[in-house]
Amino acid sequence: MFKYILKRLGYMLLALFVIVTVTFFLMRLAPGSPFASERNFPPAIEEKLNETYGLNNPWYIQYKDYLIDAATFNFGESMKYKARSTNDMIAESFPVSLTLGIEAMLIAIGMGVLLGVISALYHNKFPDYAATIIAVLGISVPSFILASVMQYFLAYKLDLFPTAGWNGFIYSILPAFAIALAHMGFIAKLTRSSMLEQSNSDYVKMARAKGLGKWKVVFKHSLRNALLPVVTYLGPLTAGVVTGSFIVEQIFAIPGLGKHFVQSITNRDYTVIMGTTVFYSIILLFTVFIVDILYSIIDPRIKLKGEKKS
Amino acid sequence: MAKKVIEVKDLHVHFKTFSGTVQAVRGVNFELFEGETLAIVGESGSGKSVTSNALMKLIPQPPGIYAAGEILLNGTDLIPLTDKEMSKIRGNDISMIFQDPMTSLNPTMKVGKQITEVILQHKTISRSEAKIKAIELLNKVGIPFPEKRYSQYPHEFSGGMRQRVVIAIALAADPKLLIADEPTTALDVTIQAQILELMKEIQETSKTSIIFITHDLGVVANVADRVAVMYAGQIVEYGTVNDIFYNPKHPYTWGLLGSMPDLDNEAEERLYTIPGTPPDLIHPPKGDAFAARNEFALAIDYEMEPPMFKVSDTHYAKTWLLHEQSPNIEMPHIVRKRIDSFLAKEAMHHD
Ligand SMILES: Nc1ncnc2c1ncn2[C@@H]1O[C@H](COP(=O)(O)OP(=O)(O)OP(=O)(O)O)[C@@H](O)[C@H]1O
Ligand SMILES: [Mg+2]
Repeated sequence: MFKYILKRLGYMLLALFVIVTVTFFLMRLAPGSPFASERNFPPAIEEKLNETYGLNNPWYIQYKDYLIDAATFNFGESMKYKARSTNDMIAESFPVSLTLGIEAMLIAIGMGVLLGVISALYHNKFPDYAATIIAVLGISVPSFILASVMQYFLAYKLDLFPTAGWNGFIYSILPAFAIALAHMGFIAKLTRSSMLEQSNSDYVKMARAKGLGKWKVVFKHSLRNALLPVVTYLGPLTAGVVTGSFIVEQIFAIPGLGKHFVQSITNRDYTVIMGTTVFYSIILLFTVFIVDILYSIIDPRIKLKGEKKS
Repeated sequence: MAKKVIEVKDLHVHFKTFSGTVQAVRGVNFELFEGETLAIVGESGSGKSVTSNALMKLIPQPPGIYAAGEILLNGTDLIPLTDKEMSKIRGNDISMIFQDPMTSLNPTMKVGKQITEVILQHKTISRSEAKIKAIELLNKVGIPFPEKRYSQYPHEFSGGMRQRVVIAIALAADPKLLIADEPTTALDVTIQAQILELMKEIQETSKTSIIFITHDLGVVANVADRVAVMYAGQIVEYGTVNDIFYNPKHPYTWGLLGSMPDLDNEAEERLYTIPGTPPDLIHPPKGDAFAARNEFALAIDYEMEPPMFKVSDTHYAKTWLLHEQSPNIEMPHIVRKRIDSFLAKEAMHHD
């Protein structure tokens, strides 16, 4: 187990290195610079700025500095906003995104599994059709359209929710749904097919032959096995929720990490891009890692490599 | 006289499918007494599993329909019972051993829990007592180190060991009737023999009645008291083991007996096989369903379904050959020889 974790951590470092490198070169390849956007600096000042931030050094020096910065998590100050360190920006905005993300994941998993189970239990009956329609709508409507539609009808027209901003739980409901719905639909379909497969299996028939009631069979037997594919989906789900937050945070003007990330890219704010990229990468790599461990706990047939067989 | 545990009267089970109604079970009758073993034998698709699932009301509805008949458990008809009422009977009065031990255990639940689950469902007994009982059961079905095995998962067991666990689960609530649907088919030959031995032990030590389903008559001889031979959803011959092995009357039974595999002298002796395939159960043929495959078929076989003819008090067969006006037809010589050599070998085993 210990050996396995070490090996995984090694791979994660390698992956992180590749991501950081690719980001660096993409960043440099994109036209423009942090100081090129709105204000027109006199050339002398721009020269001075470039020098301060080391942008005049040859690329390999910049790359080396950049790697050292990344390795020490010292991303420096924002190039756009004076006297704001990248780390502070992340520390400030991440809790907002985290709250939103967790809410979205809970909605996606909770409602997705519920819909899927209902579908499977009422296979080819009305509740199945209703749940399937919800799931398909969720999957096929893009989150930005959903966000705008909900904003217009539920917030603006009906005034049930605040339109935008971040000022308490009620502000998080619409954006969380906007991020979650596509994933909810996907999880619902996944759970449905996996539940149906389990319900036709011999051990479920055996559980019925033991005299267990319908619901006991579902909760004690089929559901746990049916949820294995859903656990596998937790990794991609996290990635999806993160990327979903980029757009949705913009639409709802939420001061989260996603918003900063998008802005930093349009601003060519190199230090912030680097900081947020490294941060996101670590989160995603860790999620995948944790999902793998979780999976081996839920499914006793899976033994992590390097773990001793009993 | 022993107590009658279960009586099936004129049972019909149908399945509604897109291509029509499959008449899987078409009027099955039998009865079973306390401590007795009934073997149901027949080719694939003859309706053995449907019959046994019907006894526990485990036929999925839809597509299944209990079209007619009664299943009397200690005198109570099970057909009109609700699923909730049935769940008090399943696992408790009637339990079942399935064919494939590789898939009939829940892969993510510890074996011990799969046993105690049944005990706790049907008996008022504490968890720790249930655990003690489960370990006793594991020991009883011949699993070494039962305490350790109790907290292992199914994938840590071999096929034969899993089938022993399944048997332990089936016995957990001391059922009156145990249905074993081809319990050895998925296992290799040596393990098969061990499981059969275990089934015999259970039959001898407990008063449980057993319905033993198989397509191999050879397996039946030393397990069963009575044999029901099934063809196309009906019982075509019914009798004690001796009736069936020494005095079989139905040509289909002859075919089954003649095709019993013989491991020793397969080279010299050609198997007697039944030509053709079973009939379509969506449109069952007129007359005797076996007629088209029967080399001794009479003209009337294509016109009218034969009734159950009584051979003796224990022995019945559904063939026109038993009618007093029909020609006197004996079973083929090759089948006789096959049965004799089988019985001789069985006798040798017992000494
Ligand atoms: N759910 C179902 N839907 C439609 N037809 C079914 C269904 N279950 C069983 N049947 C039909 O009922 C008939 C009897 O099947 P059954 O499984 O009882 O055969 P069996 O005697 O147990 O055969 P085997 O030795 O292969 O297990 C078959 O023709 C089968 O196609
Ligand atoms: Mg079968």
